[in-house]
Amino acid sequence: MSGTLTPKVLVVGGGPGGYVAAIRAGQLGLDTVLVEADRLGGTCLIRGCIPSKALIHAASLFAEVREAATEKGRFGIHLDTAPRLDFPETRGWKDGIVDQLSGGVAGLLRKAKVRVVHGWARFSDAKSCLVETAEGVVTVHAEHVILATGSRPVELPFLPFGDRVLSSTEALSLDAVPDRLVVVGAGYIGLELGTAFAKMGAKVSIVEAQPHILPLYDRTLTAPVTRWLEKAGVDVHLGAKALGMVDDGLRIATVDGDEIVLPADKVLVTVGRAPLTEGWGLEEMALAMDGRFVKVDDRCATSTTNVWAIGDLVGEPMLAHKASAQGEMVAEIIAGKSRRFDPVAIPAVCFTEPEIVSVGIDVADERHSVGQFPFQANGRALSMDAGHDGGFVRTIAEETTGRIVGIQAVGQHISELSGEFAVLIEMGATLDDVAAIIHAHPTLSEAAHESGLKALGHALHI
Amino acid sequence: MGLYHFHLPDVGEGVAEAEIIVWHVKPGERISEDQNLVDVMTDKATVEMTSPVDGVVLAVHGEVGAMMPVGSVLVELEVEGAGNVAADAVAEKPAEAPEKAAKSIAPPLPKVEPSPAVTSAPAPAVAVPAASSSVSAGRARKVGEAPFAAPATRRRAHELGIPLQFVPGTGPGGRILPADLDAYVAAGGASGGAASVARERTGVTEERILGLRRKIAEKMQEAKRRIPHIAYVEEIDVTELEALRQDLNAHRREDAPKLTLLPFFIRALVQILPGFPQINARYDDDAGVLHRYEGVHVGIATQTPGGLMVPVVRHAEALDLYGCARELARVAAAARGGSAAREELSGSTITITSLGTLGGIVSTPVINHPEVAIIGPNKIMEKPVVQGSFLSVRKVMNLSSSFDHRIVDGYDAALFVQALKRVLEHPALLFMEKVA
Repeated sequence: MSGTLTPKVLVVGGGPGGYVAAIRAGQLGLDTVLVEADRLGGTCLIRGCIPSKALIHAASLFAEVREAATEKGRFGIHLDTAPRLDFPETRGWKDGIVDQLSGGVAGLLRKAKVRVVHGWARFSDAKSCLVETAEGVVTVHAEHVILATGSRPVELPFLPFGDRVLSSTEALSLDAVPDRLVVVGAGYIGLELGTAFAKMGAKVSIVEAQPHILPLYDRTLTAPVTRWLEKAGVDVHLGAKALGMVDDGLRIATVDGDEIVLPADKVLVTVGRAPLTEGWGLEEMALAMDGRFVKVDDRCATSTTNVWAIGDLVGEPMLAHKASAQGEMVAEIIAGKSRRFDPVAIPAVCFTEPEIVSVGIDVADERHSVGQFPFQANGRALSMDAGHDGGFVRTIAEETTGRIVGIQAVGQHISELSGEFAVLIEMGATLDDVAAIIHAHPTLSEAAHESGLKALGHALHI
Repeated sequence: MGLYHFHLPDVGEGVAEAEIIVWHVKPGERISEDQNLVDVMTDKATVEMTSPVDGVVLAVHGEVGAMMPVGSVLVELEVEGAGNVAADAVAEKPAEAPEKAAKSIAPPLPKVEPSPAVTSAPAPAVAVPAASSSVSAGRARKVGEAPFAAPATRRRAHELGIPLQFVPGTGPGGRILPADLDAYVAAGGASGGAASVARERTGVTEERILGLRRKIAEKMQEAKRRIPHIAYVEEIDVTELEALRQDLNAHRREDAPKLTLLPFFIRALVQILPGFPQINARYDDDAGVLHRYEGVHVGIATQTPGGLMVPVVRHAEALDLYGCARELARVAAAARGGSAAREELSGSTITITSLGTLGGIVSTPVINHPEVAIIGPNKIMEKPVVQGSFLSVRKVMNLSSSFDHRIVDGYDAALFVQALKRVLEHPALLFMEKVA
């Protein structure tokens, strides 16, 4: 493909923000071109959410089976020989899922009559870009431009990526499980991957500069995760600083100021992600910035008319579902609808062990009533052996109105409850609403019901 | 069982088509003789079409707003007996007609298909809570307390340009319900305490221009497109005319109508038009023929609930002042009431347009095509006027007028208006056998 394209809408980036924007634009009958240099699906699909969840699932199963092979067994299940992990096979299974989903995105874009240009876009002005494709240079002049370039892992200057130092991208495509893995940064990405590799047999250490793990969550929520890490033999160095690589591993300064070396075959650096603002001509577009992010208003409009930006490029939280929601909205705005980005809450999930979900506000004060219900008192949790790791659901409501403003949970499998939490908050539900909604028995969702009852002062099962 | 086709009849001389205004029946409905089927509009008259037979409606043809040619089938009916469609004609479209019949025969009986009354019943039930949750009923939101509503409600409010903080919420905890938003909108967007906050209104309503409005639009466009208008305005001293009119009204017989100025204008036209035969005329510009009329048929621009109509006082030359007034009142009332016949709405040879006290000081009236002249009296004002060496207060009125310059030159137009002025300023001339 070469020549000049003049679509109504140009979407730059085929991740969960860009491809959703393109599909929606296509659905609305807008002539749409999507430019993506890599495979379709973006960080989320190719080197983020999806492959990491596949790896986590495989690792959890392996850990359970391995437990069944111990003397103690598991619920009477005993294996005479220990299970064996063929990591390249595991990786192959994971890659199959990625292939399937990436192909699915291509099909969805085709169905929406979106033209996909494979190549790296470079803007010459706010509405025009050149794309170097395998078949030649394509020029695209569009009436509307949606920037959805996403983000990249942040590199530490003293720990450049390469050889032994990995970003999350490389960590997801290793050939073998490293014997000794040090994770720098105890945010959700580092903890998720560190946990998975620990379950697959790696000796994992975690280095975090803040005084606790998952610094964005309160300690009641993270306590079960801390407990699991301890139990799993993961060394956690809080308040510690990574200093640099040495022959045998990573040199760090502990919270007490001692310099020690953590033996490591691989070091995974997950200290955050930065918006991808370089290398595609942002500087030619004269867009106003908001710190390191592209500045947008509540319609995702940039400072230049008909140039829109969504997803990781425009700020926190850098989450796929936020990007998708913004993409969908921008496509509708371009199609003439009146829209703005006004979610009450954007759910966040950590696929740690156990999982954490947080929706809405997580810090209660005297204006709130709070109800917390433990999975220990939930029949379904116990029946799945998920009742003894300290998990719970916590509901925070306004004292005066009873309106639910935040719900958090920690526990196995609770990522699937995030939908209910988000619905309750977005719909403006009150504690009385939750109390009046019949929740199926036996399910983990009963804990959501009970935490609402608890906030009203009359939980039934504690 | 037979098939009966109801055709659009010839509804008036020279009418080739009519516009569907409103349907009163729908397929499947059982109707009786003389029941109103459909209203159509021709020229400027709306005509009710009634059914000549009993039967069941199989199909109706023509959407509201569609122009239907005379003779086209408007309604297909199934009737007892033979109907008016020959059997071979039915056979021409095999299967289709019987199938249609079968489909519509199934639901025609009452109660099988919900009647309008039944379907509309739930609506009030829904509307009642909305109406009863009057705008002030919501729990008062404290300062700094954010409003909350479900995403769909928030989206709708945004589309309506309504900031939710001004919308009282009657739901649990003060949640803004869809009905709250409805009530807020129904109340004109006003709310207690925050009524002074202006907001942008972003709604745009699409309205199809139909019926009379469309007729007016077409006529006006035609007139302006075809006719090179010239306007002429003259001042007329109506002090004496007004004195006469008031005297006549003060001493009128009980059976005599009260006189407005319009009958006097009609009389004035009758008196002077014989001297200006090219002005009392209709110009067939397609044929290049001017039809001069001996009779004076005065169109009276009349505001009706549906819009502008021009009923006609025919043969004004044969009416006295009271005759003019009576005929004027009759045709104007018929036009306003929607009962004017086509003959009462067409055939004028010159038109008067007056807005009475709203008449302003000058207007540029649009000629009622294919006529060639229109006069528009403006409002009467008391003005100081120099008379000899005295200044006196006189009742003065401007007379605006437009002429078709293809037929009437400016010179003739001026002569015509000056003649009109002379007659109106010396009312005795209105009643002379012949004005020189």
